[in-house]
Amino acid sequence: MNLTLKVWRQDGPEDKGRLETHQLSGVTGDMSFLEMMDVLNDKIIREGGDPVVFDHDCREGICGMCSMFINGEAHGPGRGVTTCQLHMRSFKDGDTITIEPWRASAFPVVKDLAVDRSAFDRVIQAGGYVSVNTSGETLDANAIPIPKADADEAFNAATCIGCGACVATCKNASAMLFVSAKVSQFALLPQGQPERKRRVTRMVEQMDKEGFGNCTNTGACAVECPKGIDLSNIARMNRDFLSSSLTGE
Amino acid sequence: MSSSGILKSSIAKKYAMALTGLFLCLFLVGHLLGNLQLFIPGEEGQTAFNEYALFMTTFPAVKVLSYLTYASVLFHLVDGVVLTMQNHKARPVRYAVEKGSANSGWSSRNMAVLGTIVLVFIVTHMQNFWWKMHFSDMPTQVVDGVALKDLHTVVLDYFNPAVNSMAAAAVALYVLGMAALGFHLWHGFASGFQSLGVRHETYTRWIEMVGKAFAVVVPLAFASIPLYLFMTQG
Repeated sequence: MNLTLKVWRQDGPEDKGRLETHQLSGVTGDMSFLEMMDVLNDKIIREGGDPVVFDHDCREGICGMCSMFINGEAHGPGRGVTTCQLHMRSFKDGDTITIEPWRASAFPVVKDLAVDRSAFDRVIQAGGYVSVNTSGETLDANAIPIPKADADEAFNAATCIGCGACVATCKNASAMLFVSAKVSQFALLPQGQPERKRRVTRMVEQMDKEGFGNCTNTGACAVECPKGIDLSNIARMNRDFLSSSLTGE
Repeated sequence: MSSSGILKSSIAKKYAMALTGLFLCLFLVGHLLGNLQLFIPGEEGQTAFNEYALFMTTFPAVKVLSYLTYASVLFHLVDGVVLTMQNHKARPVRYAVEKGSANSGWSSRNMAVLGTIVLVFIVTHMQNFWWKMHFSDMPTQVVDGVALKDLHTVVLDYFNPAVNSMAAAAVALYVLGMAALGFHLWHGFASGFQSLGVRHETYTRWIEMVGKAFAVVVPLAFASIPLYLFMTQG
């Protein structure tokens, strides 16, 4: 497979950046997108150039590190997959592929395709946790009865890997899907109740502080989310935020 | 969180958009029902419409509603501008390639543009009818010895090619305004419920269907009036 790649190159956060064109041959359909990037970097290094910087870690779709905006879509054309799970068989010989980093003011570019997603960490730090007694008398989670539907719903929310595809794909760079998943995974469970009100107000406050955009309910985030987090989480957060703002501390 | 913090939050701004937007949907229904009287022919229609116009501009409860409507339009507008500016700031560098059609509806991505077209329509619409009714000299119709402001004739003449040389343009602008309103509602109606957190496995499908039907029927019914007046007069 021969490809024309237009890859975003940016030396650092302050650099303006530009698209750089590369011709790449010898790509097979069985390669993952990241393996294709490895081939590209191998070629660049052999030619004495500076390899393309991109984030990756587990390469099996669970760590949330890979983050490429491929041909106008977060994680490329596939559904329910991260960039590392996207295979080159999704493309045709002779295709031109444009590869860009996540673009949001809250996710500044570190270099090339790698962006700084620590804004998500700060949102989690603001309230995305449950305080658990670790003195040795912790109640076994399995001893607390939870309706199956709630447990499933909480688990679905908890499958969010925090990759940031929702922010990247949202036309407003809104983080509502991520934040609402992290709110929902606790809001649905008894363990999350004591801090429920504080959690949602603080996380939303931090989300706004980080400079993410506002939700327009386009639904693009849920379509592009590799884990299928759905919009009911955003509605739940909207409800929780309202009631918590009115009745919270 | 302090109360000022709540008001500044992104989600509260969306509540405001939703509440004002959905209230304006109710206004549309009321306004449309009134306008449909323009289909009543002859003097009967003229009297009915002018008496209705008098009622709408003088009855105290309606006055309260009309001030609520003005406030909602203004708030929806200002809030929308603030949200849009924040959204642009959240992504200062655009993508070279963006494939929004792969994951979202066209109207949902163009609410600000559609809203702006609707705003232009509202301004010209109010200038043509609301301003005249409230602040300028109007022809009158005498009913039972009482002189009524004859808004009926003003409206009919405005869309009459024999009286108004710009009638065709007026109809075109009206239809364009209603088309933009339709697309705005196509997304906005159901989106308002989502912003308020009203979402349910079963009922959300119904809300979306009602929203889409509303988005088609209401603007179409509005637009049919000037089209009818244009084609049957002159």
